[in-house]
Amino acid sequence: MTPVPTPETQFFWDKARAHELWLPMCVDSRRHFFPPRLFSPFTGGAVEWRPASGRARLVSFLIVHRAAPGFEDKVPYIVALAELEEGPRMLTNLPGAPIDPAGLTIGAPLTVTFEKCGDMTLPQFCLASHP
Amino acid sequence: MSDVVIVGAAESTRLGVIPDQSATSLATESALLALAEAGLGIADVDGVAGTLSPVDLAFMLGVRPRWLDGTMVGGCSYMLHVRHATAAIRSGQAEVVVIAHGESGRSRVGAAVFPREPSSTAGQFELPYGVLGAYSRFTLPVMAYLHKYGLNEADLAKVPVAQSRWASRNPRAVRPALLTVDDVLASPLIAWPFHRLECCPVNDGGGALVMTTKARAADLNLRYPPVVVAGSGESCEGPGPAFMEDLTSFRAFRDASAEALRSAGLTHTDIEHLMIYDAFAHVPLYGLEDAGFVGKGEAVDFIDSGATSPGGALPLNTNGGGLLYAHTGMYGMFALLEGVRQLQGRAAAQVDKVRTSLVLGVGGMFSAAGAVALRAANS
Repeated sequence: MTPVPTPETQFFWDKARAHELWLPMCVDSRRHFFPPRLFSPFTGGAVEWRPASGRARLVSFLIVHRAAPGFEDKVPYIVALAELEEGPRMLTNLPGAPIDPAGLTIGAPLTVTFEKCGDMTLPQFCLASHP
Repeated sequence: MSDVVIVGAAESTRLGVIPDQSATSLATESALLALAEAGLGIADVDGVAGTLSPVDLAFMLGVRPRWLDGTMVGGCSYMLHVRHATAAIRSGQAEVVVIAHGESGRSRVGAAVFPREPSSTAGQFELPYGVLGAYSRFTLPVMAYLHKYGLNEADLAKVPVAQSRWASRNPRAVRPALLTVDDVLASPLIAWPFHRLECCPVNDGGGALVMTTKARAADLNLRYPPVVVAGSGESCEGPGPAFMEDLTSFRAFRDASAEALRSAGLTHTDIEHLMIYDAFAHVPLYGLEDAGFVGKGEAVDFIDSGATSPGGALPLNTNGGGLLYAHTGMYGMFALLEGVRQLQGRAAAQVDKVRTSLVLGVGGMFSAAGAVALRAANS
């Protein structure tokens, strides 16, 4: 499935197209959050966009054997959660990583990368040891 | 507060694969069976609730309602309907409420197609990563949980193993086999570390509850003893597992279960029977810990000790659970029905002298939660 931006998320996707990862941040509390919202989920106050470091760590994963529609030729594939240095979590497929639980360690360092998804560009994360 | 009771609790005649009945007729069949248990007819009903349109339910049943609840937050919606109906009956907005569930999960007869809106939060930030199915979305936090407590694949398998001791005593269970850890690990991988027997089946079926006042119940010719709605709770957290505050705990389970116990005036040691909505094997682990029946990271050992199995101190998912009994898609109604049957003394795998039950449901995928504390009327 190709994501369709809303006015609240358009900036995120525009930056992804330029291979940049940006996160919304609560101006009052200086805390980052995700997914994007027009108002801070911490204070209800103003939000500004900030570039993210692109560094994350692996906090959970699955190896999917039963394909979702459109992913039939991809099984088995990884679905993982990356926890960004700034705090929020994002999904990823860990491109380039071994499709083997023994090769995936919770806490492993990840770095952001970008891949084509239809006419959009999708942020992904790969193992820092497999750039 | 013990003035509202459940007087009817029925399932569709058949459960499993029912290609000749729509979701709506599975719900209405169940509603009529539940009303018959209470000695009530359509003309007595003045409130209707369900996840199918309550307008459709009322129309198909022939009810002229003065109270409707179409709350739809996923599979725990029925716990919320019970909670809302209790308030409505208590305040006089309705006297006899039918809550009905019907789902053609397997055969998809007259069933709605889940919207997959690519501009929704999930459509933008989850689905592009291949997480279209519940088995690759609901299950996502489990490695964070297992890693935190030093647990592994075989530990997760202990959940269906324990529940199979109940399912094997239940002739209606769609997966009635007594299981070992090896059996579970030998079933096909769906999304590692989840195997088929750690993922719910997808079935057709229905169920319904009838609720009224204790005073009205006293005048009815009831087939089974009334069950008191002693307390309830509801809450929500977020759009999906990726966005949980803590991947190893579900905030809405914590909040809804605490509210149910508090409003019932019950403590954990008062609860003699437990139902925890188990679409996947990790959910009862979260539920046991988040509801406070065991400490963090202790749920696997508790289940493995036999405490939740037949003869154990805290019988859990005594119909076999969604994993082994049946799972239509929104299983919450079946968890409630089993809690009611246990307190009425007519469950397929009946627990001896059970007086209280807590039924904890999840909606969406770690999105919403509902909890209902039930008590036998004569206790």
